[in-house]
Amino acid sequence: MKAFLSMGGYAAYLWPAYAVTFAVVALNIVWARRALEQARSQARRRLEARGEER
Amino acid sequence: MNWTWFHRLGSPPHVYGLAARLTPWLAWPAALLIAYGLWGGLVLAPPDYQQGDGFRIIYVHAPSAWMSLMVYTTMAVAAAVGLIWRMKVAHAAAASCAPIGASFTFAALVTGSLWGRPMWGTFWEWDPRLTSELILLFLYLGYMGLRAGIDDLQRADRASAVLAVVGVVNVPIIHYSVTWWNSLHQAPTVMRLAKPPMPASMLVPLLAMLLGFTLLFGALLLTRLRGEVLNRERSASWIREALRA
Repeated sequence: MKAFLSMGGYAAYLWPAYAVTFAVVALNIVWARRALEQARSQARRRLEARGEER
Repeated sequence: MNWTWFHRLGSPPHVYGLAARLTPWLAWPAALLIAYGLWGGLVLAPPDYQQGDGFRIIYVHAPSAWMSLMVYTTMAVAAAVGLIWRMKVAHAAAASCAPIGASFTFAALVTGSLWGRPMWGTFWEWDPRLTSELILLFLYLGYMGLRAGIDDLQRADRASAVLAVVGVVNVPIIHYSVTWWNSLHQAPTVMRLAKPPMPASMLVPLLAMLLGFTLLFGALLLTRLRGEVLNRERSASWIREALRA
């Protein structure tokens, strides 16, 4: 396990590279879902606003 | 040739429902492929004879770099379709691509820098490959900034689409930069047809990562596309239908 984590002496470069990439993956999933949720709640508000006009 | 599938892609309700149904079919295979790619790249693949375990950065760097170019190309094609056929859904797709592409371009630059330090002795060099990739990040940011600066969605779509289409010239420049100029960066190892570039135990996890990230892009794009399509829609009846789903 220790040998695995040390990555032949490249740990200081390798693990941050993996961390940055998977942080970007995770953020993309969160951002995409949030963008959809925001669009849905805005659409809901647009509908309600229109309903009141009638 | 039957073009109904293309015309149906212009219909927001059809696209909204189709995107919702397709997303899990892309997301789950993506998760499995990336999990396998990580295991294969970090554990199963043998160390490189020159770079030791340091070469394993390729399993995050190459997919990020591939995403940066593939997402931009998708964005430019969608923008062009939006401009030519005045297709709202195509503009919505182009707008969905930008934040995804920008973030993976950032990841490609950072992971490349972390790979360059031990192998080339420097985090950064004004090298053709590195510089053109940095310009790609600025293209994405410029595209997003331009959209954010225009309130009217239709005008934002058209103006940003022109930028996306013009900027696509940078994509082949990045790809061929290592062949055209004398670059620090190594020549392509995967995207070539000649003899196998590396043993299967190294190559297969890399291909799994590349495919996994591509499918992930598909799932992210479809999720964002639904939001962008909703934002462009004024017809109350189908918005009501979409919100029920």
